[in-house]
Amino acid sequence: MPAATVKVLWLQGGGCGGCTQSLLCHEPRPLFAELAGAGIEFVWHPALAAESDHDALTLLAACTDGSRPFDVLCVEGAMLRGPGGSGRFQRLGGSGEALHSWVSRLAARARWVLAVGSCTAWGGFSANTPGNPLEACGLQYDVDTPGGLLGADFRSGAGLPVINLAGCPVHPGWVVDTLEKLALEGLTVDELDELGRPLLYAEQLVHHGCPRNEYYEFKASAQKPADLGCLMENLGCKGTQTHADCSLRPWNGQGSCLRGGYACIACTEPGFEAPGHAFQQTPKLAGIPTGLPVDMPKAWFVALAALSKSATPKRVRENAVGDHLRVRPAVKKGQK
Amino acid sequence: MSRRIVLGPFNRVEGDLELSLDLAADGRSVAAARVNSPLFRGFEQILVGRQPLDALAIVPRICGICSVAQSAAAAQALAQLAGVTPPPNGQLAQRLVQATENLADHLTHFYLFFMPDFAHPAYAGRPWHAAVAGRFRAGSGSAVGEVLPARARFFHLTGFLAGRWPHTLALQPGGSTKAMSSAERIRLLAILREFRAFLEQTLFADTLEAVLALPDADALQAWAAGRAGDLPLFLRAAADLGLERVGSAYERYLSCGAYELLPAGIRQPGAAGTFTVDRLETQKISEDIRHAWLTGPDALPPAQGETLVDADKADAYTWCKAPRYADQPAETGALARQLLAGQPLLCDLVARHGASVTARVVARLLELALIVPQMEDWLRAIVPGEAFCLPVELPDSGEACGLVEAARGSLGHWLSVRRGHLERYQIIAPTTWNFSPRDRHDQPGPLEHALVGLPAGPEAPPTVQHVVRSFDPCMVCTVH
Repeated sequence: MPAATVKVLWLQGGGCGGCTQSLLCHEPRPLFAELAGAGIEFVWHPALAAESDHDALTLLAACTDGSRPFDVLCVEGAMLRGPGGSGRFQRLGGSGEALHSWVSRLAARARWVLAVGSCTAWGGFSANTPGNPLEACGLQYDVDTPGGLLGADFRSGAGLPVINLAGCPVHPGWVVDTLEKLALEGLTVDELDELGRPLLYAEQLVHHGCPRNEYYEFKASAQKPADLGCLMENLGCKGTQTHADCSLRPWNGQGSCLRGGYACIACTEPGFEAPGHAFQQTPKLAGIPTGLPVDMPKAWFVALAALSKSATPKRVRENAVGDHLRVRPAVKKGQK
Repeated sequence: MSRRIVLGPFNRVEGDLELSLDLAADGRSVAAARVNSPLFRGFEQILVGRQPLDALAIVPRICGICSVAQSAAAAQALAQLAGVTPPPNGQLAQRLVQATENLADHLTHFYLFFMPDFAHPAYAGRPWHAAVAGRFRAGSGSAVGEVLPARARFFHLTGFLAGRWPHTLALQPGGSTKAMSSAERIRLLAILREFRAFLEQTLFADTLEAVLALPDADALQAWAAGRAGDLPLFLRAAADLGLERVGSAYERYLSCGAYELLPAGIRQPGAAGTFTVDRLETQKISEDIRHAWLTGPDALPPAQGETLVDADKADAYTWCKAPRYADQPAETGALARQLLAGQPLLCDLVARHGASVTARVVARLLELALIVPQMEDWLRAIVPGEAFCLPVELPDSGEACGLVEAARGSLGHWLSVRRGHLERYQIIAPTTWNFSPRDRHDQPGPLEHALVGLPAGPEAPPTVQHVVRSFDPCMVCTVH
């Protein structure tokens, strides 16, 4: 057991609480035992802590003035600055004060600040709706532009920008691994990607390890919901463009969006909320998807797609457009 | 002049909550309560102008704990708009995902949100306090380390059936995007057996069937006496504190019906201790905004509803609208569902003392005992190889509504589409009913009514906390 305990203070902004609910699904060890084993404890969490009302406000005030030290500020949910800059779309109960004011003050005391979930990182649905009705923003981003509540130049006590655990919701492993990395040896800027996401989950694409890979290789595409084929060509899948390890780090046991039969909607990327097309439909120009796989020049993609389509085995072609296997992989006769 | 106290941030609820309590002259009890939802989410504006099927990606994100229920309501409304009925496999798969969320929510509520209040030092010295505190103290009670793995393992059902939880796109108007293979069906049955074992060993210390067979309140207390298990432990504490007599609201219960098993309806007080049960007529539902920071006509049916902000409105004190049934406040949730289904034990508990902390908690946990065996049946009824999802074509214009039961009660989505885009999207969530503010007739919402007369002030035990949490509020849904 490490000597020093890493203390985590958690606040919920304008969000759905789903990142906390997802976090509670951590496996195999129960969340609190897992974190305690790594020397991490919650100072307070709105959904889980004992302190309520006056006791909670006293605790938060002590964290703000430095008399109650903590290390990590985790914020879950967008920062709501409206209406008219008043912050009245979210006041911290009992305090009469805008939640984002508390976040600003507490961020100044934290060694590390974690934006848990895409709302917190980039601003959420409101920030991606014309007129931004809630005047929402992320901790350090307005959608994909640095800024947000804390400003582009913000650095936490440890000298880092906000660590963006983007995802809608966050995967429990992304939070736990990041906290444990901080407890073990801290984190350097080199271990974050260009958007502040830890590489420990964001150096992969959702495409990596996709169970539909054979369909992708042959461009054997699903045509309607529940089809087994690749979801990229018709049904809106952005797994080849989305940074996250969802196909390698399963959700809820063995799940992922692709395994659930529906498209990756790029929920770790800024602006995923307003893709400019229907979520479950791939936008195309002259029959070619406009969103191409990361790092792939368009001409190559077109050439490769044409070639692989012409080489698609019958089994793959037929299975792609049904909801269960109709043609099994061949078995060599006479094998023992 | 009465003294007003403000309780907030009111934690261990989903989302943001603040209570304002006017104390009676003696300063020891609640004379009047106002429930404030201090967070506004704006989803009804965010949905307008989107393509109708985009609602399936947007509405789950209203709520991280009722995410699937939101999906199901949207999928149902869109199915109605398209005039499509999912095939049997698709209906069963949807129902399984919904039930998983609802039951997991009941477990989360009981173990993580509700029970830690009984570890409060105010109860030190009660015969059950040491046992309860050791088991349920927030974050460190021994039960936490048992319920979290059981809950996580149970959610593997959603990993298989919906890709993940929360926030799935698997529920579609035509059914489910995930067609279950026969191998997966076997593993899902194994997950259900594992969950049943947790319930029977840890929560009830008895079989689900035996729990369901308890006929009345006396049998329940006799069953709880000396029994291991977390529900019996709660029941002994609750009996000592008299919580079967605390927390009644209006005795008007509303349910949309669930799983083709629990009926829709409205149960209301009749003459002298009797009650009536009537068909649910959705056209009698309206939302009143007199005391919300919203502008527009005082009350509108949801199909014509508006959500326009006015943060400076006089006499307003919450972002929550006030849904009313025929102009009357109503309570929704597991207790309402079970009363409308005529569940004998809960009918008896309510016949004696009305709705109460005890009745609401027992109703939720009884649903675990009732629905898990149903889920086993639904899984067995799935036919691998047959269709799970039908293609859907939406009309260019039209109106529809989806009504489902979330863990916390009735959830409705009312949408209208013009020229291929959402023109209006109105949502009434369960806690919007239960935690509604006063309306234009100055009738308090159900929680506001239930809190009147309870002990309050610096010396008071956490009775107010028990009653508030007995509704299992979900504030992020409330203020969608």
